Amino acid sequence: MVSTSSTPEPPRHPMTGNRMDAGSDTGFETHEYDVVVIGAGGAGLRAAIAAHDAGARVAVVCKSLLGKAHTVMAEGGIAAAMGNVYDEDGWRVHFRDTMRGGKMLNNWRMAQLHAQEAPDRVLELEEWGALFDRTPDGLISQRDFGGHKYARLAHVGDRTGLEMIRTLQQRAVSLGIDVFMECTVTEIFTDRPKGARPRVSGAFAYWRETGRFVVFRSPSVVLATGGIGKSYQVTSNSWEYTGDGHALALRAGASLINMEFVQFHPTGMVWPPSVRGILVTESVRGDGGVLKNSEGERFMFDYIPEFFRSETADTVEEAEGWYTDKKNHRRPPELLPRDEVARAINAEIKAGRGSPHGGVFLDIASRRDADFIRRRLPSMYHQFKELADVDITAEPMEVGPTCHYVMGGVEVDADTEESRVEGLYAAGEVAGGMHGSNRLGGNSLSDLLVFGRRAGHNAAYHAQRVNVRRPDLPDDEVRAAADRALAPFEEEGGENPYTIQKDLQDVMQRLVGIIRKAEELADSLDEIERLKDRAKRLTVEGHRQYNPGWHLALDLTNMLVVSECIAKAALEREESRGGHTRDDYPKPDPEWGARNLVLTLPGDALDSAVHLAHQPLPVMPDELRALFEETGAS
Amino acid sequence: MAYDLKMRVWRGDSRGGDLTDYTVSVEEGEVVLDAIHRLQATQAGDLAVRWNCKAGKCGSCSAEINGRPRLMCMTRLADFHQAETITVTPMRTFPVIRDLVTDVSFNYEKAEQLPSFAPGPPDADGKRRMMQSDVERGQEFRKCIECFLCQDVCHVVRDHEENKPAFAGPRFFLRYAELDMHPLDTNDRRALAQGAAGLGMCNITKCCTEVCPENIKITDNAIIPMKERVVDRKYDPVVWLGSKIFRRDRREEV
Repeated sequence: MVSTSSTPEPPRHPMTGNRMDAGSDTGFETHEYDVVVIGAGGAGLRAAIAAHDAGARVAVVCKSLLGKAHTVMAEGGIAAAMGNVYDEDGWRVHFRDTMRGGKMLNNWRMAQLHAQEAPDRVLELEEWGALFDRTPDGLISQRDFGGHKYARLAHVGDRTGLEMIRTLQQRAVSLGIDVFMECTVTEIFTDRPKGARPRVSGAFAYWRETGRFVVFRSPSVVLATGGIGKSYQVTSNSWEYTGDGHALALRAGASLINMEFVQFHPTGMVWPPSVRGILVTESVRGDGGVLKNSEGERFMFDYIPEFFRSETADTVEEAEGWYTDKKNHRRPPELLPRDEVARAINAEIKAGRGSPHGGVFLDIASRRDADFIRRRLPSMYHQFKELADVDITAEPMEVGPTCHYVMGGVEVDADTEESRVEGLYAAGEVAGGMHGSNRLGGNSLSDLLVFGRRAGHNAAYHAQRVNVRRPDLPDDEVRAAADRALAPFEEEGGENPYTIQKDLQDVMQRLVGIIRKAEELADSLDEIERLKDRAKRLTVEGHRQYNPGWHLALDLTNMLVVSECIAKAALEREESRGGHTRDDYPKPDPEWGARNLVLTLPGDALDSAVHLAHQPLPVMPDELRALFEETGAS
Repeated sequence: MAYDLKMRVWRGDSRGGDLTDYTVSVEEGEVVLDAIHRLQATQAGDLAVRWNCKAGKCGSCSAEINGRPRLMCMTRLADFHQAETITVTPMRTFPVIRDLVTDVSFNYEKAEQLPSFAPGPPDADGKRRMMQSDVERGQEFRKCIECFLCQDVCHVVRDHEENKPAFAGPRFFLRYAELDMHPLDTNDRRALAQGAAGLGMCNITKCCTEVCPENIKITDNAIIPMKERVVDRKYDPVVWLGSKIFRRDRREEV
């Protein structure tokens, strides 16, 4: 049934030329590039295209097959103030919405660049073949989303991420960019000249297919590895989201900021158990869906915070009017930023007004006709029908919060996306600062494009600048990286990586979830310490060829150090803001609002404790500050 | 309600392998991929399987379940009798790497051979205008999640390794059709579709349409119209003459 063959010569991969056997006798496969991009989601592919356009030799290295990255899961759209639907929209409005959504903790310069450049990045996708939904006069259509003043999200039904990744993938392929698929990076090499900043000299990876090692020599590395959601039990994230880029950056000498801010998307599926956490797009609410509790009440009206009161409808009548006449009505409270909605749902469930399977009801069936729902939300229709036996055109969905996104990430220069390490760049979810304490829906896809492109350009320029004398990459470092990666095969009778992952997910979900308190956070740090200890003795069965147990063992060290960062920063920040809610400090505190928490790893050993420091937030120039004063609190 | 599910999973690599019997505890509402994951976590830590989104959006977990090409994440256990043994094997059309993971590089090679989108200049304001009704045909094809089940089931290549060099397969006929129907594209890929991609080898048995998890009407909406367009270009003397005299079709042949 399955083709079998035995050849005397070691079989080689038809595309990569890589040996397909699991032999350990043949040394390392080595490649030389100007720029190595880690990750092939929206940010990674956009960075690779930009670096290629700037004249660099580029490699994209990704854990999955090309085109499978987490970006495909993005549903709603790309936020960009193109003004196709409301010509009052412009970058200043988008900038203001983004900062307010992030509770003013965003890096103002990143938020500004993002708002200014997003429209061009969307148009570029269309140049490369993307087929967005259209307005009646033929322009790219834009839809409403939480926290955005105007309808602003360029979209394709509810599968915008798929369109984006396919477009970028096809562009990268047509440019002939080298892609190393199913290849996982485990180390970033740095050269640390005395008294100077560390600088990137390359990266170390293994082929999932064969377990064989690859060395990349390169003066520039772009991290585009996405997030950390796999450290939580209920998450919308895939297996790839193990915080690899965050951990690689720490070990290379870079810093992380905003790690205490984790976004729980208000609407994940809750039933059946196997789909718990899978995302239900915010577009359901943008297109007219409302949240109800077990008493049939539209409870969001009870949860309008002071900060958004002046722009949120406080009666059902006004909220209903908004869908058709936005000028004379304020927004329905269902479209408050995600942190607000997630907390409200959490409170309703805790108060005993939840749905049968521990969520609340999301109802669009009674509010829009079946054709409209199937046209605007085809993949939601499909997802519920196939996985939960629920027809969303006829009955409400059951939804609850799910770990979705980490606002925190590598601290980068706003204009170049370079970290504290020379030649090490970060873009997309793995970078920190852009979204402050909470990200608005739709701002992620635009973030990937805007900062992916900037990171790619700057990584290429950096490679060009250091071309005369590239950093050294000594052989003994390469050998040490290989030894570290193989350690789980040496251990016998040790711990099962799947069990430790499960235990970590339990700790994070229970103690570092949506609502946090000091004792629980302190407990979580003890628990993580114990897990780190257990993880020193991991055992994997089998051999190096396509062995998920081994892959998880290597990812697990990243998950542990990143979880420690989250818990440590969450314990330190004694206020509630955006994606960080403290039961014991329920209000935002202006002093904390001017401060970032910065995490570093002294030494480069993954088992040493992370270091935390306070740092003042960059101060916004007056002309931007005026945007918030002109219109008062709203 | 938990119950014990009997499974047979193909284990092996390019040198050969066999079906292995397992019994695994599963819950109501679970899918085949859940059962495979539980096997991995409790009985077979090194069982190789591809997956990402677990929501039918990424097209990674393609396999053959009781002989039928399907996504493991979208195949509910409730569709089988509880006493039934579920057999999971790798996609047959592609060489096995290990267990359920196959070498799908055939598809990536075919993708490289396809000339990309080539739009004309934009409107004066830098934007492009297309009507919703004109983009909808292409949008149907762009729902494709590249699970390659259509490629797997296609009998032109399923048991015919020798046809692979000359045949791109349904997934790429979809792409040819998408570009051909794009309102702003300036390339004419019809000759290429017929020649290098082997569109003519397809004899529209619709197996691809049947297995498509996105319910794309691959045969009716992409392959058949594409075949008609190729024939128009090649044989219809009126069309040929018209295009010469009135230069109606100004696309560039690639």
